[in-house]
Amino acid sequence: MTARAARPPARRRRAGGLGPSPLWGYAMIAPAFIGLAALYLWPFLKTFAKSFMDTPAFGPGTWTGLDNYTGLLGDGDFWDAFANSGVYTGILLLGVPAAVVLAAMIQQISRGRAVYRVLFFLPVVTLPVAVSMVWRFIYNGDFGLLNWALSLVGVPGQYWVADDTYAIYAIGAVGIWMSLGVNLIILGAGLQAIPPELYEASAMDGAGRVRQFLRITLPLLSPSVFLVTVLTVISALQMFDLVFVMLRSVDNTALDGSKTIVYLFYEKAFVQFDQGYGAAIAVVLLLVIMLATLLQFRLQRRWVFYD
Amino acid sequence: MTEARRRPKGADLLLHLALTLTAALMVAPFAWQLLTAFKTTAEASQAPPTFWPADPTGDAFATFFDSVPVWSQFTVSAAALALRVAGQLAVAALAGYAFARLRFPGRTVLFGLFIAMLMVPSQLFLIGQFELIRDLKLLDTVPALAIPGMFSAFGIFLMRQAFMSIPPAYEEAARLDGAGPLRTFRTVMLPMVRPTLGALAVLTSLYSWNDLLWPLIVSPRGDNRPLTVGLSGLQGQYGTDYPTLMAGALVASLPLIVIFLVLQRQFFNGIASSGLKG
Repeated sequence: MTARAARPPARRRRAGGLGPSPLWGYAMIAPAFIGLAALYLWPFLKTFAKSFMDTPAFGPGTWTGLDNYTGLLGDGDFWDAFANSGVYTGILLLGVPAAVVLAAMIQQISRGRAVYRVLFFLPVVTLPVAVSMVWRFIYNGDFGLLNWALSLVGVPGQYWVADDTYAIYAIGAVGIWMSLGVNLIILGAGLQAIPPELYEASAMDGAGRVRQFLRITLPLLSPSVFLVTVLTVISALQMFDLVFVMLRSVDNTALDGSKTIVYLFYEKAFVQFDQGYGAAIAVVLLLVIMLATLLQFRLQRRWVFYD
Repeated sequence: MTEARRRPKGADLLLHLALTLTAALMVAPFAWQLLTAFKTTAEASQAPPTFWPADPTGDAFATFFDSVPVWSQFTVSAAALALRVAGQLAVAALAGYAFARLRFPGRTVLFGLFIAMLMVPSQLFLIGQFELIRDLKLLDTVPALAIPGMFSAFGIFLMRQAFMSIPPAYEEAARLDGAGPLRTFRTVMLPMVRPTLGALAVLTSLYSWNDLLWPLIVSPRGDNRPLTVGLSGLQGQYGTDYPTLMAGALVASLPLIVIFLVLQRQFFNGIASSGLKG
């Protein structure tokens, strides 16, 4: 305090300091700090601790070291869930190039951009539960719209969400459909930032549309594409709703072969009340997400263009 | 724009054709949902399917309203949303302003700690959040649904960015007029970040209205369940009564779709400036 008071007033003002006391700062972040500490930081530490414990449904847990983790390694369900989340993430990544092309197309047209953006965004603002129901109906093996459409072109129908050969792919298609709107907005903002003069100059040099897309749009858009890719992976690895609503029904055997990591976590921690084991799954998920993100930041040097 | 003008009309037409076809594919599930909601159960289970309802009926909506306490669940969803948005805006604006403009020891470390939270998947918080809500005796209440979502590192980050983009001259003018930090914040700074507050409000509404996992966890008895949980339960009851399911899905999604159509720009700004998804 004394050191502060000794400062010349002019310097204090220039530094942007507001009041005479830093207490204002603490007071204003206090609600956020209390909330984040109690509801995020502390639960995080607790979950981390629980992952090293055996936790009965009632009563206190006991420390068991790495038992939950070694248990996971030998648990076929866990590896299946891991593989399913991987497949789902892979499918959603296929949606990224599609979004890039669509965003570029929307950027090219002179009229009606807003209409397309709204139409593509509709799935984002619709309840995931509602979306899942509609798609379940479309995927129905006996009278679904998809099988009918396929029959028109002579492709045999399938029980898309009742057969674990197809279920995760069927869900992945819905995931792409749901996330396209968000990706288009992020990529659209990136496209807006590309100076139009670049296109004019290259057009004068005789470059065609495709060449412009490859030589100008893609490199200059790559930071946005990178962002979309990172976000897609993070959210795809956490997918829960679609499995919960599309596959969970009394007689659906496809669920067993199509659980994702978070679904398995939910089942262990909140249905079977084995929180220690569930916590271990969540910690592994954190590690996977961190590794995947780190890897992408490493790889970005090879393809992301920053000027 | 300029290049679009220079291009031959044919190319523009081709682009529109391709975009319209893709958009039609995107919207098809909604159209199918709407058409099915007005069919009878028998008609909806026909193969091959009929396009227009042969005999349009509102029965599916009646069944939905009879079997799910729609109004009370709607109230729960709306109350949780209002509480969460109000809390989120207040908490994030205050903290965002402090991080952007006030000086206090530990500012950088605290902000870094907050931002680190963004990386952690939300599932890691669930067990501890559930226990806290349970210990506070809040299970099966509306505040339980809203409280965790009021605090987000994302909201604080968004608001901090918004406050940082405002020239310091405005605050200095207020200070010279003798306004204290709180008054400067409320009367000078807050009005200037209104667009960001709007974007944060609509994104928070979206997450709140659509949330399924957390409500499933904190409403074990089923009192005070939001529409998402009610709707997902409908499926167990009416597994193959698709018109009822479609009617329910339509009714439950409609409020947010309407909000989106009215506040499109806030949605798009929020997504574009943050790049964050649910």
